[in-house]
Amino acid sequence: MVSTKQIVKEETIIKLENISKTFLVEDGEARVIDKIDMEIRENEFLVLFGAGQCGKTTLLKMLAGLENKTEGKILLGGKEMKGFDPGIGMVYQTTALFPWLSVMGNVEFGPKARGVSKKERQKQAQYYIDLVGLKGFEKHFPSMLSGGMCQRVGIARAYCNDPKIILMDEPFGHLDAQTRYMMEEEVEKIWDREKRTIVFVTNNIEEALYLADRIIILTECPAKVLKEYTIDLPRPRDLVSPEFLSLREEISSLVDLREGADNE
Amino acid sequence: MKEKTKYIVISIISFVLFLVIWDLVSKSGLISAKKLPAPSKLFETFIYKIFNKNPDGNTLGIHILTSLKEALIGFFFGIVIGVPLGISMAWFKKFDKFFSPLFDLIKPIPPVGWVPIMITFFGIGIMSKVSVIFIASFIPAVINSYSGIKQTRDVHKWVAQTFGASDRQVLFTVAIPSAGPMIFTGARVALNGSWVSLVAAELIASTKGLGYMIQTARLVGRIDVVFVGVLVIGVFGAIMMEALSLLERRFVKGGRRS
Repeated sequence: MVSTKQIVKEETIIKLENISKTFLVEDGEARVIDKIDMEIRENEFLVLFGAGQCGKTTLLKMLAGLENKTEGKILLGGKEMKGFDPGIGMVYQTTALFPWLSVMGNVEFGPKARGVSKKERQKQAQYYIDLVGLKGFEKHFPSMLSGGMCQRVGIARAYCNDPKIILMDEPFGHLDAQTRYMMEEEVEKIWDREKRTIVFVTNNIEEALYLADRIIILTECPAKVLKEYTIDLPRPRDLVSPEFLSLREEISSLVDLREGADNE
Repeated sequence: MKEKTKYIVISIISFVLFLVIWDLVSKSGLISAKKLPAPSKLFETFIYKIFNKNPDGNTLGIHILTSLKEALIGFFFGIVIGVPLGISMAWFKKFDKFFSPLFDLIKPIPPVGWVPIMITFFGIGIMSKVSVIFIASFIPAVINSYSGIKQTRDVHKWVAQTFGASDRQVLFTVAIPSAGPMIFTGARVALNGSWVSLVAAELIASTKGLGYMIQTARLVGRIDVVFVGVLVIGVFGAIMMEALSLLERRFVKGGRRS
């Protein structure tokens, strides 16, 4: 791991120290996260990659302040985090849009909760609605939109609250392959235009390699940091370049090997 | 749009066909006209009842107004008290623990079962009916708003919380709107229940109202008036349901799907 801490000069914005999480289950305890140390740097696109269902979402929820940690510390800008922080926004796995609000109503929700004036927050919301390519859909309700469009609204909603860090929890897992590629490009473009730190969880290696500055590979239950990769291929990434393919091969076999070892 | 007109035509055909068969059955003597008056006869009776006080002492308009007034007052208070109580019980645990035992005891009692008690308390005037209807609509209002709030999706609460919404904001901007469709379902059940128990209550004890009208008409053998009364009850029930649907469309946005 130390080997990858090299030229990147960006400041650390979040620091996870020795994070563990144990859930109480019927027959005792289940440890889903085991002593994770991690640094998240300003404006980087960090991907948390792991094959299983376990740990990654819990980790994101801790960062969002939605889950307590059993052990360890999360430092945000040097200070220990307690509960929610307005500097952190989240895009969820399934459509977490409010079905009773229009696209505009959903996107302006964050600023509205903070008491920003109507004119101001709608101007802000309009900017992000345009940014995700939903101009003209402001008055539509989520039930009238496709899955991909709903996730665009979800992304605009997270951005509209102007957080420093945006957490994305497998946001495209439920989309068909074609829409998924489109959304990956979209997210990269938005990230390029509106620099924020993004922490993106996925179990899709191609998605990880397409988007990430840095990939942290987590093991399956309990989640531990297995390995870390800094991806410095030029953007937008060429999915069939030899470098891309060899990295993909390397990471896949690493995860496969791990799974094989666990099964023995 | 063409589809829609087609469906309207089908509905009209169904209605007309029903009347024609009814008319035939009645006029052919298959069922005696004393038991089943023809639709044309009922229309005559309907016009007659609008202006005439026989056989029950009041015109049809008075009966309708009386029943509507009783139903709507009882329904209104059932909703206005029931919905906030259901919401509070679902949101505040202490509230829930305090009210649940009482509520669970009252819940299984059929509203009509209260009629004798309410008559003892309030006599046969409007209050006894209003209080029965209050109970009939209060119970579904509480149950449905309670489960509506309980069914608020976690992820919706998380969204609001990560945006820094306070507990109160989460309740008012997330839980209550998301329970909207359920609350309206409760109101629909409540309205239906109040109309049903109203007629039942009037059958037992009253001096006017649609239930009283049909009961009196039956006793004096005016089956045509009974039929008019029953049909009017049906029509006004449908009108009130439709009004409620209009309100729902006005207040619950984005469809019932989440």
